[in-house]
This record gives sequence, C-alpha cells and structure tokens, in this order.
Amino acid sequence: MSTPSLNFPLRKPGASPKKFSLGEWLDRHFQYWAILPALIVLLALTIFPLLELIGMSVSTVSFAEGKVIWQFSGLDNFRTFLEDEIFLVAVFNTVVFVVCTVLIEIVLGLALALIVSQTTLMTGVARSILMIPILVPAIAIGTMWRLMYNYEFGVFNGLFALLHLPPQNWTGSSTFALPAVMIVDVWHWTAFVFLLMLAGIESLPLEPIEAARVDGASDWQLLRYVVLPLLRPTILVTLMFRTIFAFKVFDEVFLLTSGGPGNATEVISLYINRVFFNQSRMGYGALLAIVTIGITAIFVFGYNRLSKARSVAQ
Amino acid sequence: MIFNRRWNRIGGIILVIALIITLFPFLFTLVNSLKFFKDIITGTLVFTPTWVNYERLFFSKQSAFIDNTLNSFVIAACSTVLVVVIATLAAYSLERFRWSRWFTGVLAGWILLFHMIPGVTVVGPFYLLFRNVGLYDTIPGLILAHLVLNLPLGIWIVQSFLADLPVELEEAAHIDGCSNLGTFLQIVVPLIAPGLAAVAILTFVFSWNEFLFALNLTSTNSATIPVGIAKFAQQYEVRYGEMSAAAFFATIPAIIFLALAQRQIVKGLTLGALK
Repeated sequence: MSTPSLNFPLRKPGASPKKFSLGEWLDRHFQYWAILPALIVLLALTIFPLLELIGMSVSTVSFAEGKVIWQFSGLDNFRTFLEDEIFLVAVFNTVVFVVCTVLIEIVLGLALALIVSQTTLMTGVARSILMIPILVPAIAIGTMWRLMYNYEFGVFNGLFALLHLPPQNWTGSSTFALPAVMIVDVWHWTAFVFLLMLAGIESLPLEPIEAARVDGASDWQLLRYVVLPLLRPTILVTLMFRTIFAFKVFDEVFLLTSGGPGNATEVISLYINRVFFNQSRMGYGALLAIVTIGITAIFVFGYNRLSKARSVAQ
Repeated sequence: MIFNRRWNRIGGIILVIALIITLFPFLFTLVNSLKFFKDIITGTLVFTPTWVNYERLFFSKQSAFIDNTLNSFVIAACSTVLVVVIATLAAYSLERFRWSRWFTGVLAGWILLFHMIPGVTVVGPFYLLFRNVGLYDTIPGLILAHLVLNLPLGIWIVQSFLADLPVELEEAAHIDGCSNLGTFLQIVVPLIAPGLAAVAILTFVFSWNEFLFALNLTSTNSATIPVGIAKFAQQYEVRYGEMSAAAFFATIPAIIFLALAQRQIVKGLTLGALK
C-alpha cells in the first residue's frame, strides 16, 4: 500500500521537510518537557497537599469502614486552637530547644572549624569521621543515645558512679529529659555547622588577614576584628538554616522520650503528629500545620534575604 | 594559616577530642551489639563477642528486619534514580533556557519553602491522599514521598554545577548540529557527573534515613529500617543487644559513602545550606 520508506533517515537535499517530525518537535520544545516531570511532581505532591490542608483545617475528617468522611465544621478547629494549652507548651519547648541547641552548635562548630582550619594534622580522614553523624539515620542516633542514657549500664550513670553521684533516670525525669534530648541534637548537628563554617573560613580573602598580621595584630585581635566580621554572613546563614531545621526536630525526640515524661519534651512536630495519627484529628492537625507553616515562612523569608545578601557580599 | 603556628598542635589535640566524642556512641553501640545480654547489663569491658544479636535481628521468626532492609534498599534506590533524572532535567531547563523571571522566581521560592517547612505539616494530607489513591503502605507510595522530599536539594545541586559549566561547550555542540537532547545527554550530563553523584548519594542516604513519612505512610508491607527500629525499641523495651545491632547496621551505608565520596557529599551538603 504505502511505499517502503527505506530512505527515511536521509532527507533529499532541496526537499523541504514539510512533514511533521515528532522527534524534531520534541527537541524544539526540550525546554518545556524537561521541566514537566518536576512540575507534575511538585503540583501533585506539594501544591495539592497544601491546598488539601486548607480544606482539612475547616473540616472534621473521620474514618468509617475504610472510608474517609469530610464534614465541614467552620471555625470549630480554630476555637479548639485558642484553648489548646499543649500546643503552647510544645511551642515553648521547641523555642527553648531551638535557641539552646543552635547557639551551642554555632559556638562549638565555629570554634572547631577555626581550630581545625589551623591544623595540618590528619585532616582528610578526620573530616570524614566528623561528618558521620550528619549522614546517619536520626532513629539510629536516638537508639544509640537511648542506650547511653540507660539507667543500668548507660555511659552517663557510669560517669556519675565514678564521681560518686546518684544515678539519674535521664530520659524519664522532667528535669533532665529536655537537656538530654538537646545534647543528642548538639552531638548530631555540630558537625554540620563545622562543615559550613570551615567552607566559609577556607574561602576567606587572605589580604586583610595578612595586612592585620603585618600591623602586629595578636591572634585575639585578628579573630575579633578581622576574621569574625568577614565570617559574619556565613555565621548568619548557618544560624538561620540550623534554626529552621532544628524547628523540625522529630526523630530523636520520638525515639528518646516521645514527648514525655508528661509534656516535658513535647515539641511541635511530635504534637502535630500525635494529633494527626494517634488522636485521628486530621482537621485540627491541619490547622496546627498551617500555623506552623506560617511561622516557618517568616523564617524562610528572612533566610532568603540573608542568603541573597551573602551572595552579593561575595 | 590565619593564626599563630602553635595552634597547629592545639588544633590537632582538639580535633582528636572531637573525633573521640563523635565516634564514642558508635563504638558503644557496636560493642553492645556484640555482647550477650548479661554482659550488656553489667557493662563489663571483658566479654566474649557473639553474633547472636545480629542473628536474632535478621533471622528470628518475629523479626521483620530483613523485609525492612529490602524495602529500605528498593525505596532508596528507586527514589534516587527518579530524583537524579527529574532534578537534572528540570535544573537544565531552568538554567539554560529562557524563562520569565516571574516563573523562575515563584518556582524557586516555592521549592525553598517546601524544603524548609516541617515535614509533619504535610504528612497528614499525604496520608489522606495516599489512602484515597491506594498508595498507602505501598513501596511506590513511599518512593514518591521520598522523591518530592529530595527533589529541591537535587535541583539546587545540579543548578549550581551547571552554573559553573561554561555554556560555550553546548553552543559548539549546537553549531555542529547536535540536537537539544543530544547536547544534554552527550555533553552536559558527562560534564556534571560529579554533581549527579552528589545528588545520588545524598538522596540515597536521606531516603534510607527518613523516618516521619515512612512511619505514617506505611504499616507492615513497606516499613523501612528506621520504622523497624522504632517499633522494635518501643515493643521490646529491653532487647538492648538487638537494638544496638539494628542501630549499628543502619549506619553502614553512611560510613561506606563517606569513605568513597567525601568530597561530593561535602559539596552537596554545603550547597544545600548556602544556596
């Protein structure tokens, strides 16, 4: 019926390619279909859930016989929110957690980076080892520290025994539980701060430092008046970044204390998770989620501004 | 060298202390995972090592740890491939073609915001959505979740590698008659291979580690290692040996990757934070 198109890959010179070629059309629009998969994923799995969140926040979502039932409930969730004291406790604990851990991590990480950048002793392998905590499952870290906090054979009570102090129930006492969780976070994330600071230090311009040295500046003066001001943008961005991520804390607290004892270590993520899945209050959880997203958005906005200021400064 | 030379030695000493603090929990866990229960409880330093905890963890009848490991591996591998392909294509399109500033600005802001908000805020809608479409407690479901969680970082890393790549190479390929797709596959992809390696490693590790979504979007069929460990720790409060073994086992990929590709990992992590 049709002529055998043996010569189809070759176009005769002079013959204009009027025929529509899918391959060529696709290639001309490479720009669009290259970004399409990402857009579909983002649309389906980020925009849709966030829209759904808004719908959920004015509804009561219940489950019956494997079916999901939505019921419009207006401002009911909002009224619950105004009277929710546990959420306030969770916000308070999260703020304490974030402020303490991030400050300690910044100070330790910066000090460590300043010192390590000055040493030529065994740096390559050492840096790899320092980075292990960043890449290890937080759940595994929680498990390890849970064993180290163990009442009977844990390291901390072992240390206390050496000092003739009474053993403590670290993760089970309302005094020590939050600090215990914070110590784990500091152990987990100081390495990350160290990494960012080290990158900042290694890209410092050498001229001002040498000039200050020639002028006879002491180490302390060099640090206080030259190095720290130059590192300011790095420090600020690291601070914002760690703040936003510390705000998300979930895994370790889930494993170490699950928010207890009482509400001593209840943090925002744990509480919302509990409202969603243990109390099956999807609607109210959605409202809390929206509030949390609002708080984060303010931080992200600030972070973005700082980030831009930093790249301009460089 | 910024400061006085004597800091070289002091730095060395402090580095050693930092290394000890970093490694101690791993050693503590490894040692406990090789002990019998009575040796763990007494905290003795002298003990006969045993594999019994690992054997029980993997081969005892109630343990689902082998399934968890397989699930973790399949989910991490698939989401890694998807993130690398989708992020590379998207980053190339954004970085090398003409888009309106409005579009790229909104997209960049949206990706940043999604990357920064606590995962728990969207895990509820994910749960409802996945139940609706039958993705709840399935491996493809968790792959999709890990895909979207890691896509932002992937796009940023590839974009920054592309920004460092001179565009003249691609122009030369175009002049020689290479198609857009051909240029992308034959010129660009090989040249940004280190960036793709960074994306692949970080996605694999983060998917392997991810707990919140895995916890809430799976029940038994597709539970991953972190979910397995958490359930184990809560159900069997005192099986310290097996808990240690599981925690130590879960850290192995991180250690392997750090030994093989420290530089790519550092670059990827720094880019993600300082973008």
